Amino acid sequence: MLAAVLSIGGIGFIAATALGIAAKKFAVEVDPRELAILEALPGANCGACGLPGCSGYAKGVVDGSIYPTLCTPGGSETIQAIANILGIEAAAVEPKVGIVACQGDNSKAANKYRYLGLQDCNAAQKLADGPKTCPSGCLGLGSCERACPFGAIEMTAENLAVINREKCTGCGKCVSVCPRQVIKIAPAEATVHVLCNSHDKGALVRKYCQIGCIACNICAKTVPDAYVIDKFLASANYEHIENAAAAIEKCPTKCIRDFSTGYPEGSSFLPPTIPAKTKAA
Amino acid sequence: MELKTFVGGLHPPDSKSRSAQKPIEQCPLPELLVIPASQHIGAPAEICVAVGDQVKKGQVIATAKGFVSVPIHASTSGEVVAVEPRPHPMGRNLPAVVIKPDGLDQWDDSLQGNNPDELDVDTLKKMICQAGIVGLGGATFPAHVKLSPPEGKTIDTLILNGVECEPYLTADHRLMLEECDQIIDGINILRKVLGISRAVIGIEANKPDAIAKMTAECAPHNIEVQALKVQYPQGAEKQLIDACTGRQVPSGGLPMDCGVVVQNVGTAAAISTAIRLGRPLVERIATVTGSAVAQPKNLRIAIGTPLQHLVDQCGGLTGTPGKIIMGGPMMGQAQLSLGVPAIRGTSGLLILREEEVSAKAAGPCIRCGRCVSVCPIHLQPTTIAAYARLSMFDETETCHALDCIECGCCTYICPATLPLVQSIRFAKGAIMEKKRKS
Repeated sequence: MLAAVLSIGGIGFIAATALGIAAKKFAVEVDPRELAILEALPGANCGACGLPGCSGYAKGVVDGSIYPTLCTPGGSETIQAIANILGIEAAAVEPKVGIVACQGDNSKAANKYRYLGLQDCNAAQKLADGPKTCPSGCLGLGSCERACPFGAIEMTAENLAVINREKCTGCGKCVSVCPRQVIKIAPAEATVHVLCNSHDKGALVRKYCQIGCIACNICAKTVPDAYVIDKFLASANYEHIENAAAAIEKCPTKCIRDFSTGYPEGSSFLPPTIPAKTKAA
Repeated sequence: MELKTFVGGLHPPDSKSRSAQKPIEQCPLPELLVIPASQHIGAPAEICVAVGDQVKKGQVIATAKGFVSVPIHASTSGEVVAVEPRPHPMGRNLPAVVIKPDGLDQWDDSLQGNNPDELDVDTLKKMICQAGIVGLGGATFPAHVKLSPPEGKTIDTLILNGVECEPYLTADHRLMLEECDQIIDGINILRKVLGISRAVIGIEANKPDAIAKMTAECAPHNIEVQALKVQYPQGAEKQLIDACTGRQVPSGGLPMDCGVVVQNVGTAAAISTAIRLGRPLVERIATVTGSAVAQPKNLRIAIGTPLQHLVDQCGGLTGTPGKIIMGGPMMGQAQLSLGVPAIRGTSGLLILREEEVSAKAAGPCIRCGRCVSVCPIHLQPTTIAAYARLSMFDETETCHALDCIECGCCTYICPATLPLVQSIRFAKGAIMEKKRKS
């Protein structure tokens, strides 16, 4: 009995001593700043910074191999926190959000065939370039919704992706999974956007979509600085957003939308109650 | 005779009676022929004619680019009226040559027939490539590539695929009955090219007349005829090799890894025409059938004939068409319209009525395991499809998704109408893309 207690106790003591020495001798030194930065990051591991996860980004920031301003989900608060930890001055960062540049849901845009395969946009796109007649519109099978680490994207009943501007952090994960590049990352302070992605000529767009941009140029004539027409598609010029909303009423296909007044039809999101995020001081 | 077969598969209703007894008819030329530059697996051919050129039947209009590629030829004589992207059976607009036939149907004078006994193997291979011969079963793999095994691979058996396991299709059946001599001549040329003596023709037991005819005709030529059980996909390369020889093609391997080359009977006949008469592949036999076609027929069509023209030759449509399929119902490709042309791989045109096409939304998997029991490759389709839905492509690869032959048995049998083969095909594409990048 005693022998057993002593031998087990002895083994335990020797092992504990060995482990204690090993822990001191082979200790991996972690920069305390790295741990502090990791603490300050949102921890979503979204990859917006270009590194696989938050710990990789924290390490990169500390050893100076990557800019400390790349964490879009964290926004200016996180960047200020990182700057405080590193003892440097924080640069202003512009908050960004994702925009689905399409309003052509199943009730408004035509389909060339009925798709019954795997409910994934990338799979549908491989079959004769997707069921939607429009070559650039939202396919509505929800690949972006599943990719979003923040739960900011919803699919409407008529299969259109809509991004919630308050939940979206502008990380861009949805942009990389969308096979048709419908999602754009835009400054959060700009709330007026042309929600169309088709570079087809106006007459063709009219054939397959009720709410697509036909490049009629009326928006650019109404507010000259705020819109540019490129390859039969209007887009908002984010440098001059002041009067952009004035063109909304004039647009014949209603493809310009001001997100501060509401989301596209069918969305359950309510218009933002708080003012749009502006540039950090 | 004992019927051989493989493990797995299923037996869909074959529906071949609509056209099985209809002799092959020559389809008249349409007003315009649309000949796409990509009609085979491998690199698309490069168009070498311009608008306004006068071409003769059999003249090269697009040249091969690379080893796994074949040239494309004019299907009749006439004028090139357009060289532009046109709707292709793949579902998008791809470069094509549009020819307005002059009605003379004149062959190019430079095309001369040869006696294959006087030619050496390399010349024969070169002629097969230049004649644009591809696998006519539907996969359109260039024939000369299959006939050029790399160093170290020995071939001892040639298998001719006369199975035609796809429901509805009867083109190969009619060919075996009506052009038996050409098939046998093609087999003799193939045996000479491969330097072997053993040749086996596999025919499904639902074509007893073809089995009887081929057995009688092949006897003096030392060609075996093997009757096979009626079971889909009996005509898939790996299953056919298993049934005829008992050999298994290794995972990720090719038939030549187990000493076999497989060619379709239609390909053998086309090779005979290409060598004996010097005529390249400008026409093929296709079955135009389905409940929405008034008079189903087996037609000899010029490559590039619009599908609408084929339907017109068969008495037009009856009822509301619900689905247009190029090829058979199991592996064929659904088409957006009848405006696309028939290409070298068009073994048939199937038009089903609206009421026949069921399009139920997919339900949840009930773990019945039917897809696993019918998979001829012995994969687990439901598992691979579940991983594909979650974009877990590394896991699909460890489940051997790349070995899937896309026969569609799993989707056919699934009581929950899950898009299984579609998901696996998506996963295969994603795995291949990843491999290309790394």
